[in-house]
Amino acid sequence: MTKQYCLEVSGDFACFTRLEMKVERVSYDVITPSAARAVFEAILWKPAIRWQIHKIEVLKPIRWINLRRNEVGQVISTRNVQTAMKNGHGNLALNIEDERQQRAGLFLRDVKYRLHASFELQNDSQHIHRYPHLNANSDGDGSENNLIKFQRMFERRASKGQCFNQPYLGCREFSADFRLLKPKDDPANLPEELAGERDLGWMLYDLDYSNAADPSPRFFQAKMNDGVIIVPDWNSDEVRG
Amino acid sequence: MNLENRYDFVLIFDVKDGNPNGDPDAGNLPRVDTETGQGLVTDVSIKRKVRNFVGLVKEEQPPYEIYIKEKAVLNLQHERAYIGIGAEEELKSDKKRKGKAESVEKARQWMCQNFFDVRTFGAVMSTGVNCGQVRGPVQLTFSRSVDPIVASEHSITRMAVATEAEAEKQDGDNRTMGRKHTVPYGLYVAHGFISVHLANQTGFSETDLELLWQSLTNMFEHDRSAARGEMATRGLYVFKHDSKLGNAPAHSLFDRINPHLKDDVTVPRTFKDYQVDIDETDMPNGVTLNKIVG
Repeated sequence: MTKQYCLEVSGDFACFTRLEMKVERVSYDVITPSAARAVFEAILWKPAIRWQIHKIEVLKPIRWINLRRNEVGQVISTRNVQTAMKNGHGNLALNIEDERQQRAGLFLRDVKYRLHASFELQNDSQHIHRYPHLNANSDGDGSENNLIKFQRMFERRASKGQCFNQPYLGCREFSADFRLLKPKDDPANLPEELAGERDLGWMLYDLDYSNAADPSPRFFQAKMNDGVIIVPDWNSDEVRG
Repeated sequence: MNLENRYDFVLIFDVKDGNPNGDPDAGNLPRVDTETGQGLVTDVSIKRKVRNFVGLVKEEQPPYEIYIKEKAVLNLQHERAYIGIGAEEELKSDKKRKGKAESVEKARQWMCQNFFDVRTFGAVMSTGVNCGQVRGPVQLTFSRSVDPIVASEHSITRMAVATEAEAEKQDGDNRTMGRKHTVPYGLYVAHGFISVHLANQTGFSETDLELLWQSLTNMFEHDRSAARGEMATRGLYVFKHDSKLGNAPAHSLFDRINPHLKDDVTVPRTFKDYQVDIDETDMPNGVTLNKIVG
């Protein structure tokens, strides 16, 4: 098995939106493997590597906050943009008053996790065809994709607090503080409320991007034992589409 | 000019006898974290003010157009001519008609070039392809007040009515009552992050960065209204990393800015009741602190 890393992440708020309730957002009880992966990817990612989350430790009791915001219910129309591009003039704008939606969200507050993950290199054939421009300068034998090099890169970045963009907990407004921990750091102080076993039900594992035009969600049955969730392997039987 | 440095910033602002951000769920009361009593202002509320400010000073002209508009501020309905940077020639010469994804990509870049808010905060375009979106380099958190706030409710009267029917009912007394909510005083803190890599993807430049600092400094000066009371930016502390990826964790930098109530004050009512301690000792290598305000 490749080297495992542990990141401690925390934040004031978080929203790991349940797929079935995304109009009025409701968060899962804990961070999803998908959101955890994004935290690692915010620090280091290349088309050649794939992060795998192994374990999630929940360090703070699960608390909620309800918040309603004015949101916009429209996306920019590509066609209108292209027309304006061609003509050199146009009226591209969106009046929020006309497209307003008030949406409530049930978010998590005051969260802290320890995320355990490792990454492996993907076979060139699995990524080069999708990101040809990123491989343009290589000599073609993929030799620049070296596991040790990426591991050092990740260690260097994570320990210095460097990142590609600030990691976040589900939504970008809920930014996350992160700290690289040594794998043998003490076991977490478990909040009393989390002791015992708890079934969190079917939870989003991640999206399957193998068909990039139509990513499909995959789920797993999340069980929390004394605040610890063991995340099954992406390819295992426990992960279902 | 392209951005070369990562930035993390702390924005401190206050409100006096006003409602900084109403909660649509609670009859427009100021937002409160019910467990701690601290006041909240959402990230989108601040972004709205940045957009309004930029729209105002740049008069809605490309490359500083604002996509998401608020009617109250701008009602400029005239059509704008775009400096179709490269777009026109490319579209004309594009006889081979490349793949759809590529023209969407072009449209996305063109939006970034012309619209300040698109290249700063990002936007989603309707493309059907799952990555038809722009991730903006500027990321803002919820603002939170340093101390618990109290929301006061005031009843107010109006010496007029809206409809004749109402007037008849009151026999010409013509009075209606309304309510407004204020926070007597609150000092709020927000954290922000600017990612160089995302900036270079959207074309957010050094000039845009200057404009962003300017807008965070002055946005409340142009957002006066009956509801807001007196709001002002009291502190804008920018940590500049001398590398693209950064030289220190953001939270360790934010911890250096510590606004707190002065010892002899129990009930804050002005900014003078607060002291902002700034710890500049042993700054991490390669990080400089720029106090734009405060």
